[in-house]
Amino acid sequence: MERHFEKDIEELRERLLWMGGLAERAVQLAVSAVLDSKEDAAREVLAGEDAINELQIEIDERAVQLLALHQLMAVDLRFVLAVARINNDLERIGDQAVNIAQSATRILRHPRVKPYVDLPQMSSVAQSMVRDALNAMVRKDVDLARSVLERDDTVDRLRDQMFRELLTYMMENSAVVFPAFELILVAKNLERVGDHATNIAEDVIYMVAGRDVRHPALDRR
Amino acid sequence: MAATGVGIMPTLRTEVRQPEEAPRHLDLKMDVRALTFRYASKKAAVENVTLPFYKNLITAIIGPSGCGKSTLLRTLNRMNDTIPGISVEGKILLEGSDIYASGFDVIRLRRRVGMVFQQPNPFPKSIYDNVAYGMRINGMVSSKAEVDERVERALRGAAIWDDVKDRLQKNALQLSGGEQQRVCIARALAVQPEVLLMDEPASALDPVSTAKIEELMIDLKKNYTIVIVTHNMQQAARVSDYTAFLLNGALIEFNPTPQLFTTPEDKRTEAYITGRFG
Repeated sequence: MERHFEKDIEELRERLLWMGGLAERAVQLAVSAVLDSKEDAAREVLAGEDAINELQIEIDERAVQLLALHQLMAVDLRFVLAVARINNDLERIGDQAVNIAQSATRILRHPRVKPYVDLPQMSSVAQSMVRDALNAMVRKDVDLARSVLERDDTVDRLRDQMFRELLTYMMENSAVVFPAFELILVAKNLERVGDHATNIAEDVIYMVAGRDVRHPALDRR
Repeated sequence: MAATGVGIMPTLRTEVRQPEEAPRHLDLKMDVRALTFRYASKKAAVENVTLPFYKNLITAIIGPSGCGKSTLLRTLNRMNDTIPGISVEGKILLEGSDIYASGFDVIRLRRRVGMVFQQPNPFPKSIYDNVAYGMRINGMVSSKAEVDERVERALRGAAIWDDVKDRLQKNALQLSGGEQQRVCIARALAVQPEVLLMDEPASALDPVSTAKIEELMIDLKKNYTIVIVTHNMQQAARVSDYTAFLLNGALIEFNPTPQLFTTPEDKRTEAYITGRFG
């Protein structure tokens, strides 16, 4: 028997996926602003920030209403709780994209510090993590979600690599300090994007399988 | 880009609800104004209640036992008239006409404003005759074919036609509780009411039957205005569009259901719905 609240659950899912698409695109644009020196891409990210934030508010309101009105159980309850959490991570990803875009506009004013090698690789991994975390939610795919968790170390490693390399450049040539510093910030922002994608993947596993896989080091009885 | 499967979404700004958005246009079907109702004992069972019932919406009346919600419901089609010694102050308007005005056609009122009770109470007749009874004695039909057609329409409206179409001559008392209640709903629908009053319609039913009745109510509101009294506030939360909270005969709060159950305006409402009452 189809229940009338299923329509509300479906609308909540659609809005979350819409928000996910916006956040994903924001990261993509922000990174291309840096890598390809595209100022209009940076502007587009800044212009799109409100849409993501409005969705966050709307999704939270809908989630609260669903819980209050329909006494959700089991998979429906876990779904709404996971949506409320994923909502926050997506909004943060949007924030990180804005930060990257702002760094891009400042980097653009300087000649390129060095050929970008690690940055494209790092952004590719981070973006794939966001994409796969959202796909895992759509397909209810725990294995795909797990694969996202496994990529987090790669992103952390690339960030550390970039930090070391850029510090070396800054020490050798003080003229590049401004752009190099902004690149360090971009690397940090991308690493945060990876962290948020990891959180989303963990929430998907909770939603689908009912398992809380955060903090695996903790002894769980 | 992730395979979102969403397709094209409308412009975000029109989709996102702004807090100061005007409520969509609502038509008033019934309007209770400063109603005070006393039984022969003179104590007010309903005290100075003013309350709208909007067309094609479900309004729930909730409150603890003895708060006056069933009394209030019965004033809406003057079912309390049969009790000696009652007094009524104030007005109840149905499409703008005061139903307590002298000379108002009470029989016709009870056809326009039908009622379904807590305990399913089909007549000790066949399913067919249960549904046909009201329209026959009201002189609403002129041929057997017409009765057949309207019985089918009413039973379909109550989402029970498929279950009973091959046994219409079966005695209604032999049906299960949930089926009996849907026959009673069909019986009420058969005389083409405008408003359906439901007094704890599912409290005598099992959870699956309750869910079916709730889905039926949501379907019915497309064509009827529904007022439901329930002591089960979760049911009020699930099905209603507006909720009125009564306490000791007084209306404490009346608001859209999502608002009342997430951010009620009155502390007493909050105490009741969070189960901290009493």
